Amino acid sequence: MEFNQRSIISIRDFSREEIEFVVGKALEVKQGRWHDALSGKVLASLFFEPSTRTRLSFDAAMVSMGGRVVGFADAGVSSTKKGESLADTIRTVTGYCDVIAMRHPVEGAARLASEVAGVPVINAGDGANQHPTQTFLDLFTIHEEFGRLDGLKVGMLGDLKYGRTVHSLAKALSLFEVEQVFISPPSLRMPEGIIEELRQGGTAFQEVEEIDQVQGALDVLYVTRIQKERFADFQEYERVAGAYRLGHRELSALGGQCRVMHPLPRVDEIKPEVDSGGNAIYFRQAHNGIPTRQALLGLVTGTIS
Amino acid sequence: MTEDRARKVYAIDRGTVIDHIPSPLALKVVEILGVKQEGILTIGINFKSAKLGSKDIVKVENLKLTESVTDRLALVAPTATINIIEQGRVVEKRPIHIPREFHGLLRCPNPKCITNVEEVTTVFHLEGEPPHPAVRCHYCERLYKNPGELVE
Repeated sequence: MEFNQRSIISIRDFSREEIEFVVGKALEVKQGRWHDALSGKVLASLFFEPSTRTRLSFDAAMVSMGGRVVGFADAGVSSTKKGESLADTIRTVTGYCDVIAMRHPVEGAARLASEVAGVPVINAGDGANQHPTQTFLDLFTIHEEFGRLDGLKVGMLGDLKYGRTVHSLAKALSLFEVEQVFISPPSLRMPEGIIEELRQGGTAFQEVEEIDQVQGALDVLYVTRIQKERFADFQEYERVAGAYRLGHRELSALGGQCRVMHPLPRVDEIKPEVDSGGNAIYFRQAHNGIPTRQALLGLVTGTIS
Repeated sequence: MTEDRARKVYAIDRGTVIDHIPSPLALKVVEILGVKQEGILTIGINFKSAKLGSKDIVKVENLKLTESVTDRLALVAPTATINIIEQGRVVEKRPIHIPREFHGLLRCPNPKCITNVEEVTTVFHLEGEPPHPAVRCHYCERLYKNPGELVE
């Protein structure tokens, strides 16, 4: 399986076998097998729009494995502000580094960058489109918890319409024998395009409006935030968001055993009472961003094989 | 017969006849093929057709259009047939094949797509099969179910 010099742009570019391979490498990294593998490598971290978590996670991943980081955290300090095209910025930066991680507000920006760059590009988010390292770390976390992906039942709760995280996760899980359950208000349902893809691919799924309507126990519940901006009426937002707040009562309706995940940041969609129980794995999930990104950085620079 | 009828309009000695274009798309076809400045064109609109009800015909004189050019019609006029004429006779007859990829033919309607922000040749991948072709933008990855509407 060839990953050396390959760009990581969209989860759509990966087969089931490739995803399993990356998840396996992330586990090896977490177990300490690839100590200092990124030594002597330079990451250009190009964040054309602000992000704290993802940017810090890439930086920490690189540095703690012996690599170095150059870059910017805001397009205001790059020459984009002077009117330089993205393609020219990337062509220039290519000469300074071994790999590029970039976040950009425009959809498809990372794909274009990968076509003009002389080094691999890792997409750290392109607008509402893709954020593949998040999906890889989500899959790694589920796999770490259960030792497998096949045979699980995974629920997604909250804003399924606008959340790119759940779109990519649903698509990736459809490559495995995973039953998916979508729980959302009618106005924030999973987009028809994704539902149709799942249907065509023969994925087992159910769509419900309330947690109590889920049939059978879930292994994983992936919670996303319902954002105020999606509602014209604040009272309506309060009513809807309140109905999807996760606490002990809701968890027991889902079988009591299900692991709770969240891409973070969370506001109040998961009650603090959930944090301390054995169900909550969202902070470990965030920490798994490090070994997952290290595995990807090592694979695409050819230092992990 | 359709062919006879087309000849009655204006038979050509050499060139390409695009027949069975759904009406009234002849002008759009001329635009997509980029043959507006390529010598004499004969355009017929609203002929009776057993197959389509009504059809258009475009005749391009002295130009043998290659498959890669005529296949650009796949999303707008998939029923079209291509006749290559030499010395007044049909020497080649072929249907339109739908390409798996479209380069520079379609415009992505997503204003947040990089193709609408930077100078980039658009690329679309075919996903659904005819008669319901759908295309996905190579860059922003959005899926479009009426790709004919995206033809520039």
